[in-house]
Amino acid sequence: MPLFFKAKLQIINMSLELKNVEKKVGLETHIYSTNLKLEKNTINILLGSTLAGKTTLMQIMAGLDKPTSGEIWFNGENVTGKEVQKRNCSMVYQQFINYPNFTVFENIASPLKITGVKPDEIKARVGKVAELLKLSAMLNKKPDELSGGQQQRTALARALVKDSDLILLDEPLANLDFKLREELREELPKLFEDRDCIVVYATTEPLDALMIGGNTATLLEGNVIQYGKTLNVYNKPENLISAKVFSDPPMNIAEISKSGEIFKIKDNNVQWKSNIKIKDGNYKIGIRPHNITTYKEGDNSVEINGKVLISELSGSESLIHFTNGKLNWVSLSNGIQQKNIGENTKLFMNVDEFLYFDMNNRLVTNG
Amino acid sequence: MAKITLKDLSHSYLTKQNKDADWALRGIDIDWKDGGAYALLGPSGCGKTTLLNIISGLLKPTKGEVLFDDKDITTLNPVERDIAQIFQFPVIYDTMTVYENLAFPLKNRGLSKTEIDSKVKEIGEMLELTSTLNNKAAGLTADGKQKISLGRGLVRSDVNVIMFDEPLTVIDPHLKWVLRSKLKELHQKINRTMIYVTHDQIEALTFADQVVVMHEGQIVQTGTPVELFEKPKHTFVGHFIGSPGMNILPCEIENGQINFEGKILPNSTSIKKTNFSKTQLGIRPEFINFSDEGIEVKIKRVSDTGRHKVIDTECSSGSIKILANASSEIPSDSAHITFDQKYTYVYGDDWIIE
Repeated sequence: MPLFFKAKLQIINMSLELKNVEKKVGLETHIYSTNLKLEKNTINILLGSTLAGKTTLMQIMAGLDKPTSGEIWFNGENVTGKEVQKRNCSMVYQQFINYPNFTVFENIASPLKITGVKPDEIKARVGKVAELLKLSAMLNKKPDELSGGQQQRTALARALVKDSDLILLDEPLANLDFKLREELREELPKLFEDRDCIVVYATTEPLDALMIGGNTATLLEGNVIQYGKTLNVYNKPENLISAKVFSDPPMNIAEISKSGEIFKIKDNNVQWKSNIKIKDGNYKIGIRPHNITTYKEGDNSVEINGKVLISELSGSESLIHFTNGKLNWVSLSNGIQQKNIGENTKLFMNVDEFLYFDMNNRLVTNG
Repeated sequence: MAKITLKDLSHSYLTKQNKDADWALRGIDIDWKDGGAYALLGPSGCGKTTLLNIISGLLKPTKGEVLFDDKDITTLNPVERDIAQIFQFPVIYDTMTVYENLAFPLKNRGLSKTEIDSKVKEIGEMLELTSTLNNKAAGLTADGKQKISLGRGLVRSDVNVIMFDEPLTVIDPHLKWVLRSKLKELHQKINRTMIYVTHDQIEALTFADQVVVMHEGQIVQTGTPVELFEKPKHTFVGHFIGSPGMNILPCEIENGQINFEGKILPNSTSIKKTNFSKTQLGIRPEFINFSDEGIEVKIKRVSDTGRHKVIDTECSSGSIKILANASSEIPSDSAHITFDQKYTYVYGDDWIIE
């Protein structure tokens, strides 16, 4: 076969595929039949709350755990049952795991030493990742002399140094302070930019997914609900479950009725006009918190009165939790919007951004 | 309840101090009004726990005084100070009922049965524990247990101050706001001096009327949430409050004006003092706009968070973050930007120049 075709064939094959993968522990199903194909050079987010099945899926991908049924294919080879040692894969966990008696240099170098890489090359490669992860000045320190952020950087550097085909990151930022999380989250996509590998990143936080980009799979209770380009999944959730998983603060949901161009929330008197083309009848709406604000946004806004439960301030944004009739909702506005507990306040909903679902929770239209 | 004053307080864990870094706390001066809601905010290692331990009497400061209602109590032990403290993890008696847990501090002080009963029921109601008062504490969830810890701290009316040390750490993220709201409501109802220690900006800004931001053993700013956001007095406050934080960039001061990237920025007040070892310009990502003229930047990356776009740009002085509406068009390659003059600040050796 001419070299050109051979090379091309390899590129086509470079992927990780789960085929009807299922995982049961005793009578309990941890992962329901899952099909997922991850391509080379992509970052893939597994997004879901605790116990959604993120870690189990990653362990199956890595070969640390076997599926009860189904197959895992890597680069066109069926690797189901192949041990983790024989796969070229790295993993980073939520807890900062490093060798306490090794220096940062030795920690990063450890996977290379095991595979017998020459000292000169080790030095060069460790130096390069250390620079990327801002650890150059720490190479002679022990892990306990480092901050939490630096310890996790060391673990990340060890995962990056060996040029793995598959890098699995299991909530790597969860144990870090807010500001460090912000910083590392920003750097992560840059670290993987020029690598021919597949990255899988598990998180409970929708903002992680949005900041990192790539592809996202939403998960709930052992089911992959939706998989696709991150922004597509966010903007066009296939159903209410996927929309809820991908919303923090939680999505505001209400049952509504539609008659002609009039839409009305049941249980209260909020209504609006819209000419979106859907049949008359009952629906559910999903409104993301940032589409309810203390100021008008968009061309079509509708007022809603709220009794304030609390306003939470983050500095650049304010979350106002409020009730209206039976609804217990949350709004998100820019800047500092202080409201007193129990105060009645007027808020504005951006009608053009509503998500409409049918009574079986399937998306009908995203405005 | 008491007014709390900290006078020129410094603390070091070392016997000899040669440089600033040898001090865990340096030159702390605080005046806290009776009945106020305050927060101590800063990253781990900033000195906030040291300060808390000095107020509670677990630690004697190397220098300075602690006063309750203008009375020097620096040498008093924790019991003599009459304070209540709530910790990161729930501290409860598992074998007792919720009622007995709440009654415990009152019983110890020899209150009558009827007094105890009315107090416990009052606090139980505020914390929505009424229906579980007779249950054993052991069976409760983490947030249920932490509510009891809070209740025990709040039940006594004779304490000088109630202190919270990261009280919501063990609470499920989705429930945090409920307890935050509860705490704020409680403060309004019982009106006692409360000090809340945390590294979480949301927690601090939501709870407190006045937030004390700490950095490397010093207070870098005390202010309302609006003041901290709109006018950071120190580069650390700019960085720490807000997400993403403030852009801090090197600049020169020429004839009282800011020279950034070779351009003189219009500024209302002329800057007089110039003998700083470094001068920097601070501008929040919210207050930068794309424009036809101004500073030239290269667009490096655009992240769409659904509600806005975070744009990473670069100029010769360093990287600049810009926050724009989710619907706004972002230039692709290079662009010009301008800073909102009202929110552009100059810092000399990290402190604001006014």
